[in-house]
Amino acid sequence: MKIAVASGKGGTGKTTVATSLALALEAAGTVEFFDCDVEEPNAHLFLNPDIEERTPVSLPVPVVDKEKCTHCGLCAKVCEFNAMAVIKDTVLVFPELCHGCTACWVLCPADAIGQEQREVGVAESGRAGTMAFHHGWLRIGEAMSPPLIRAVKAKAGNTDFAVYDAPPGTSCPVVETVRDVDAVVLVTEPTPFGLNDLVLAADMVAALGKLAGVVVNRAGIGDDEVTKFCAARNIPILLEIPFDRRIAEAYSRGEPLVTAFPDYRAKFEALGEAVQKIATVDTGC
Amino acid sequence: MKIAITTSGDNLDAPVDPRFGRAKAFLVYDTDSAEWSLVDNAQNVNAAQGAGIQSATTVVNTGAEAVLTGNCGPRAFATLSAANVKIYSGAAGSVQEAIDKFKAGELKASGGSNVDAHFGMGM
Repeated sequence: MKIAVASGKGGTGKTTVATSLALALEAAGTVEFFDCDVEEPNAHLFLNPDIEERTPVSLPVPVVDKEKCTHCGLCAKVCEFNAMAVIKDTVLVFPELCHGCTACWVLCPADAIGQEQREVGVAESGRAGTMAFHHGWLRIGEAMSPPLIRAVKAKAGNTDFAVYDAPPGTSCPVVETVRDVDAVVLVTEPTPFGLNDLVLAADMVAALGKLAGVVVNRAGIGDDEVTKFCAARNIPILLEIPFDRRIAEAYSRGEPLVTAFPDYRAKFEALGEAVQKIATVDTGC
Repeated sequence: MKIAITTSGDNLDAPVDPRFGRAKAFLVYDTDSAEWSLVDNAQNVNAAQGAGIQSATTVVNTGAEAVLTGNCGPRAFATLSAANVKIYSGAAGSVQEAIDKFKAGELKASGGSNVDAHFGMGM
């Protein structure tokens, strides 16, 4: 079973929930953890993996052979991402916009386009105790994270559970993270900002046809608009973590929630069971 | 010669658009005949990326030899320069005022882009 933990708003507690959920799920089967926030990986601070494998990840980008090019402009026309422009008899390539789809390369009638590799980052794999662990480091200055996220996810083995710690937001990197999972858990906080981004995230998850339940972190610090929203949309609130400064202190020491507060382990085991139940019962989302 | 002026309107009294890649339209003006036409740029206003490159290609295809705009980003600048189109950033006021300043030699050709990529998005 593949479970993604996403949010919308950054800093709501995705990694807090994802790491504790993964640790709690080990009681029910083998677990693999994927930190898909390749721009700012942080799960390793809590799970302390031994990294065994480092794989550079690159994207193919076009290289134009000026001798063969007839300046027909088909490559620029076909490029969905505006990464190429044909201006009179000059072909301009903007590799940083290229998504590596290779359409230009495949379709060039003069066979004038080759490929070179553009490094986007590094994928790392290892073990955190009994848990398989994977994450990625996007090259500094690189904007394109989905290819690296794909490479990190491709390291999947054959475990009972896979937990994906998503990046914040609701756009390409998050979609790439959650696109083939069985269930998405959305973490939010009961504040206007939390609600605003939860609405966006819920819409995104609904558009992808994923199941969702919500975890309210820092419960008690704001208002009840999040609760009302979830009720109105029939989204179950699976867990509430009350605001407690000691939780923040443990976080700042790099301690997973269920390690610092063993009473929470049962709550996260229950969260895992609830997610599994929803994912297997409701398959027509 | 033909020059292209970015505009958020559709005639000579309309304001110069401060954006290039996401300009609403380009008013293409012939400085010899004083004739002009409007080239719509709607498809690039909300493009996720590469708006500057696309707009530059559009402008080059009109035969314009110079662009008058509020601002111009890096990839648009590179694309226009590849076609030897001169860019005059810092144009403001109405399209007609920008044209008059250009004809009077009061506008300076830019040596590079003057804003970062995606300047025109959601600002």
